[in-house]
Amino acid sequence: MTILDLPEAHSLHAKQHPPAHEDDAELTEKTVFGFWLYLMSDVVLFATLFAVYAVVGRSYAGGPTGKELFDLWFVLAETAVLLASSVAFGFVTLAAQDNRKTATLAWMAVTFAIGALFIVMELYEFHHLISEGAGPTRSAFLSAYFALVGTHGLHVFTGLLWMIVMAVQLARDGLSATVHRRLGLLGLFWHFLDVIWIVVFTEVYLIGVL
Amino acid sequence: MADHKTEHLPGAGASLHHYVRGLILSVLLTGAAFALVMTGALPRNATIFVILALAAVQIFVHMVDFLHIDGSLEQRWNVYAALFALLVVGILVGGSIWIMFSAHERMMPGMIMTPEAF
Repeated sequence: MTILDLPEAHSLHAKQHPPAHEDDAELTEKTVFGFWLYLMSDVVLFATLFAVYAVVGRSYAGGPTGKELFDLWFVLAETAVLLASSVAFGFVTLAAQDNRKTATLAWMAVTFAIGALFIVMELYEFHHLISEGAGPTRSAFLSAYFALVGTHGLHVFTGLLWMIVMAVQLARDGLSATVHRRLGLLGLFWHFLDVIWIVVFTEVYLIGVL
Repeated sequence: MADHKTEHLPGAGASLHHYVRGLILSVLLTGAAFALVMTGALPRNATIFVILALAAVQIFVHMVDFLHIDGSLEQRWNVYAALFALLVVGILVGGSIWIMFSAHERMMPGMIMTPEAF
């Protein structure tokens, strides 16, 4: 197949002949590639935020520095939580591959719970900073910090919403070809956010306190 | 195992050992980076260099073990798109740092701004 074929033509075709495996496979391949392109555009979005932080990350305007504000033990805990959530989604993928619906749902619940813990920790961190007078308006450093870490957190939150939607679809439709495909995309998204976090903890927190 | 519904998915061909290996390597790499910074075992510039290298290795580990990018022929367009994104990232981040620090060095002394990133 070529990637230039119109996906619409294939999905129409697939509706007329539901059991045609080749159509499912082609549609999946194209959908995954399209979603991958979205992720790459997200890489560019994060790159602009990383570039801004790299440039103004030491412009404290007389305010608090990263060394004074960041608690590396807390960041290490956040990192462990997000990694655990990423691995937990691996078990969603494995359970879905084996067509075990209940196990897929159960692992998705585990992934969701750990991901939600990450968001709670991040909100606590933001609240703590703002209540110490280190909010996003304090300095260029803190504006860049909140924009970058907040954008990542917003992505994680979106992933959690997506997980709820997928749990409903999975409970309703079972592991259909469509649900399989969407679970695959959600997995890409979720693991991708953990990759972004590697750069966040390295550039913002670790280099930030040096 | 993978049937026709899953064979073209990103996780196709994934097995438990990928996730276990990814988890163990990530714990080691992340732990090493945090330990270096928290103990201050190396001089500042060496620490920055090493933790950036550790991050690059960990991104590679995640790509292979969690996102299952294996460089197979089927994925070549994904890899090309990723390489193009990497080029854009290099221009954006590298270019920003270059231009802003060059501008900073050309500033008159006493003018505001003291960016000293990294």
